[in-house]
Amino acid sequence: MVGKTIKKWWPIFVVPTLAAFIIGFLWPFIWGIYLSFCKFTTVQDVTFVGFSNYQKILLDNTFSHAFWLTVAFAFISSILINVLAFAIALALTKGFKGTNAFRTVFFMPNLIGGIVLGYIWQTLLNGLLSKWGQPLLALSAKNGFIGMLILLCWQQIGYMMIIYVAGLNNVSPDLIEAAQIDGATSRQILFKIKLPMIMPSVTICTFLTLTNGFKMFDQNLSLTGGDPAKQSQLLALNIYDTFYARSGPQWKGIGQAKAVVFFILVVAIALIQLKATSSKEVQQ
Amino acid sequence: MENNKKKSIIPTIILTILSLLWIYPIILILLNSLKKESAITTTGVFELPLGEIWNGFTNYVASVTQMDFLKSFWYSLVISVMSVVLILLCCSMCAWYIVRVNGVLSKILYYLFIFSMVVPFQMVMFTLAKTADTLKLNTPYNICIIYLGFGAGLAVFMFTGFVKGIPLEIEEAALIDGCNPLQVFFKILIPILKPTIISTAILQLMWVWNDYLLPTLVLDIKKFRTIPMAVQYFRGSFGHVQMGPMMASIMIDIIPIVIVYLVCQKYIIEGVVAGAVKG
Repeated sequence: MVGKTIKKWWPIFVVPTLAAFIIGFLWPFIWGIYLSFCKFTTVQDVTFVGFSNYQKILLDNTFSHAFWLTVAFAFISSILINVLAFAIALALTKGFKGTNAFRTVFFMPNLIGGIVLGYIWQTLLNGLLSKWGQPLLALSAKNGFIGMLILLCWQQIGYMMIIYVAGLNNVSPDLIEAAQIDGATSRQILFKIKLPMIMPSVTICTFLTLTNGFKMFDQNLSLTGGDPAKQSQLLALNIYDTFYARSGPQWKGIGQAKAVVFFILVVAIALIQLKATSSKEVQQ
Repeated sequence: MENNKKKSIIPTIILTILSLLWIYPIILILLNSLKKESAITTTGVFELPLGEIWNGFTNYVASVTQMDFLKSFWYSLVISVMSVVLILLCCSMCAWYIVRVNGVLSKILYYLFIFSMVVPFQMVMFTLAKTADTLKLNTPYNICIIYLGFGAGLAVFMFTGFVKGIPLEIEEAALIDGCNPLQVFFKILIPILKPTIISTAILQLMWVWNDYLLPTLVLDIKKFRTIPMAVQYFRGSFGHVQMGPMMASIMIDIIPIVIVYLVCQKYIIEGVVAGAVKG
């Protein structure tokens, strides 16, 4: 009955969101797919070129470098963040004093934006590197990569920890007590009870860390800017660079084609990951 | 009991050291923001701002005047508040409609919203900037429409998750008593939705306040700069970067965030958990 009554009220309930959604997402998305098959510098002179932009991507070795760097970055950062966040969450759910204060501190970096985070860590890491006589972030792709990993861990561990703490608090104490009576060791309790019971949290945290790792842009821009010579460029920055930092009539089309490849990659990874981890969830 | 206390000392010490390390980067920036320009070198960042090097709050004054910080703060505030209010209002209405009018169109709409959450911004950045230009949505006062479009995915997703759990009977009773759907929505749904509204508001606020690329591409950087844009502009486009004011500008960006965080901590953490559980 509610459905029937409100059905004809769609102009008020649906149209504002839908109109903004079309302007802000749907139309740019469809137009973007079309433009990936075109050569253009402004939207006034667009010529259709078929798949040639996609072929040119293969010749652009900055793209393949950024592609594999991003894949490595997303997986390594996701594993590091989840393991460390889970470890801290385990420690914080043991009922020690000051748990709340620790939680407050660990979560804080999450509220600071990527650009500012990049400059904070640039100052700290360059100071340390020069103290140790190592090449600075802008001069060594390896140091830049490790720097980005440290930065992202620092930013996201707190967020994932909060989710894991909530998951662990939901594991019924009866279950753990029963296992203890049956003589389970604390290691068995961790791997046979706690971990399976919080699989939904693991699913969502891996999803978030993987997609965030793939999509990372601001931190990359401010911490290394892609230096040296685009060697620390992740995909998002590589696409931005192709669009706005290269001159020549062909680059915008190639940038858009790269963006389509990037989009397909992120969607594919997200789907595979959700399928893989949610199949391990247990029914409570 | 005694044994338990002893056991908890070592982890507490480890966690304390870890949390001190955790805030150290911010402390480092704070210390450097109080130093003289000549002392903020790559090797000198670890020196304390004492004696000769001490510069007081000069860097802060320089940063506020050179960056036009108050203006940036105002733009960030206007954009964040307008966008979040618009997102909450429109998306909660849309989500209620999607759940209650459960037809094919509702389903398609719902999956489109979900889909938009996964798509990376680079996919639409160029065309979105052009669309915003054409429709004149390129000022801090109407960019919120773009944010509504791009933020709708997460908001609709969270609201539909919550509305599904609300029993129909209350709404039916209100309709029988002669309320129209708008009255039902504002008088019944909004109060029930309050916890989700707070959670969604926090997640969206964290996103819009810190967002860098979208406003950079949509707004005219010479006229309107949000705080993240100002920091990047300050660092990126000046020939010689003045490190002192740069450090101060980072602190000015962080201080309001930390204050808001300490005051609303409970809601922020609940918001994060709610966002994850619905996901």
